[in-house]
Amino acid sequence: MRKSPSINHKFYPLFVLIGLLLIWHLITTIGLVPGFMLPSPLDVLRAFANSFPELMGHAGVSLTEAFTGLALSIMLAFVIALIMDCFEGIYKAFHPLIVISQTIPTVAIAPLLVLWLGYNMTPKITLVVLTCFFPMTIALLGGFKTSDADAVNLMRAMGARKWQIYRYIKLPNALPGFFSGLRISVSYAIVGAVIAEWLGGNSGLGVYMTRVRKSYAFDKMFAVIFLIALLSLLLIKVVDLLERKSMPWIYRLREEEKLE
Amino acid sequence: MKKIRLQTKNIGKTYAGELIIKNINITLREKELVSLLGVSGIGKSTLFNVIAGVTAPDIGQVLLDGFDITGQAGKVSYMQQKDLLQPHLKVLDNVALPLFIRRLNKSQARTEALKYFEDFGIAGTQDKYPSQLSGGMRQRAALLRTYLFSKDVALFDEPFSALDAITKRAMHRWYLALMERINMAALFITHDIDEAILLSDRIYIMTGPPGVITAEITINPPRPRADEFLVSENFLNYKRQIMKLLAL
Repeated sequence: MRKSPSINHKFYPLFVLIGLLLIWHLITTIGLVPGFMLPSPLDVLRAFANSFPELMGHAGVSLTEAFTGLALSIMLAFVIALIMDCFEGIYKAFHPLIVISQTIPTVAIAPLLVLWLGYNMTPKITLVVLTCFFPMTIALLGGFKTSDADAVNLMRAMGARKWQIYRYIKLPNALPGFFSGLRISVSYAIVGAVIAEWLGGNSGLGVYMTRVRKSYAFDKMFAVIFLIALLSLLLIKVVDLLERKSMPWIYRLREEEKLE
Repeated sequence: MKKIRLQTKNIGKTYAGELIIKNINITLREKELVSLLGVSGIGKSTLFNVIAGVTAPDIGQVLLDGFDITGQAGKVSYMQQKDLLQPHLKVLDNVALPLFIRRLNKSQARTEALKYFEDFGIAGTQDKYPSQLSGGMRQRAALLRTYLFSKDVALFDEPFSALDAITKRAMHRWYLALMERINMAALFITHDIDEAILLSDRIYIMTGPPGVITAEITINPPRPRADEFLVSENFLNYKRQIMKLLAL
């Protein structure tokens, strides 16, 4: 039996990753870069293990902000997409503005939000919402607008109400796009929370990062960076699983085809 | 004379300043199979949308059992060349969709729909997704969906025109046999002369533009028609007459 090519593919990036880590390790051991500026991967690992409880505490705060912001932005995305799909005038008036709003860099508004909203979770969650709602809104709206006009007409001919057209045609059609948007948004969510934390607060990965930076603890810096990357990766994986579960008509079929 | 189910009176429709169809008067009686035959782009689908209630005509009326249903969707269902089965719904739910729309309890709707799977030749497909079905099977499912919406009057807009010749022939045979069993009156829109002669009790010939009904032909041999009818002199005579009317 032939090995599935997808399994082999997964090993290539893994090899590259291991190679990069080795090179990194070599650079630090032969002293090409001073150890206090670039800690070796082992140092980072050690720092990670030593400050694990602390890291988890901060991660909990950042994840709370990220999830709250994400949940709010999902709701916001659905509401905005629905309104813009229903009312052509609102779509025409607001769609360009929303697109333009995305050219404002997150980092630039974060300080303002902190000034306005204080040092608690509110400015962080707000920033997460501001960065996350956009990819999903656009994806959902695209899905609604590209729904088969003939299918919508047929539904109408069968006497369907507006919500039934969304329920049976438009929402399912928007689902694949929504998940692509969500995948982008989850990684934005964590980064957004961390950036907002840089600028003030008592806890969270961003706050921790600022603290260890000020004490030049590079190993701990790297540990946080890797933790953030790891968390984003995990969340993307969760989105993948959700996507598989919620669109069986795409994924179950693919699996069945593979079995044949 | 059988009872008139569906009737259009003097329907006219302009689109973007251009007259598409005018003075369309057609009737569809109980259990009757009637075709509307014309070349592509003559306004058949416009008329179709008007009857289905999806678009309102500029003038004229659509009557169902004597009641004015002009511009009202949700009265007569239709089926197109595109089966319009929803990829995310299993075949059973696709077929039961008109019942879901009517807010019937889901399990009740499914039980009701499942009753007809055997009769419509799609038994065993209920738990599949539409993409797992062949073109012919998908059209059968679409027809069952249409039937579940309104059991006695339906519109068909070139439903079999996307199928290959052999599948199409099989579908014609199946369709005629089915129509004997379910007593549905159907208005069948097509540009295929053979199909129209084979499947109809009467044929309206539409020419234009703008699209007008220029002739009405009754096809006499009783249904269901044997395969020999397709190659009979009788059949060819009808075909000759229609070709002349369409100025082909």
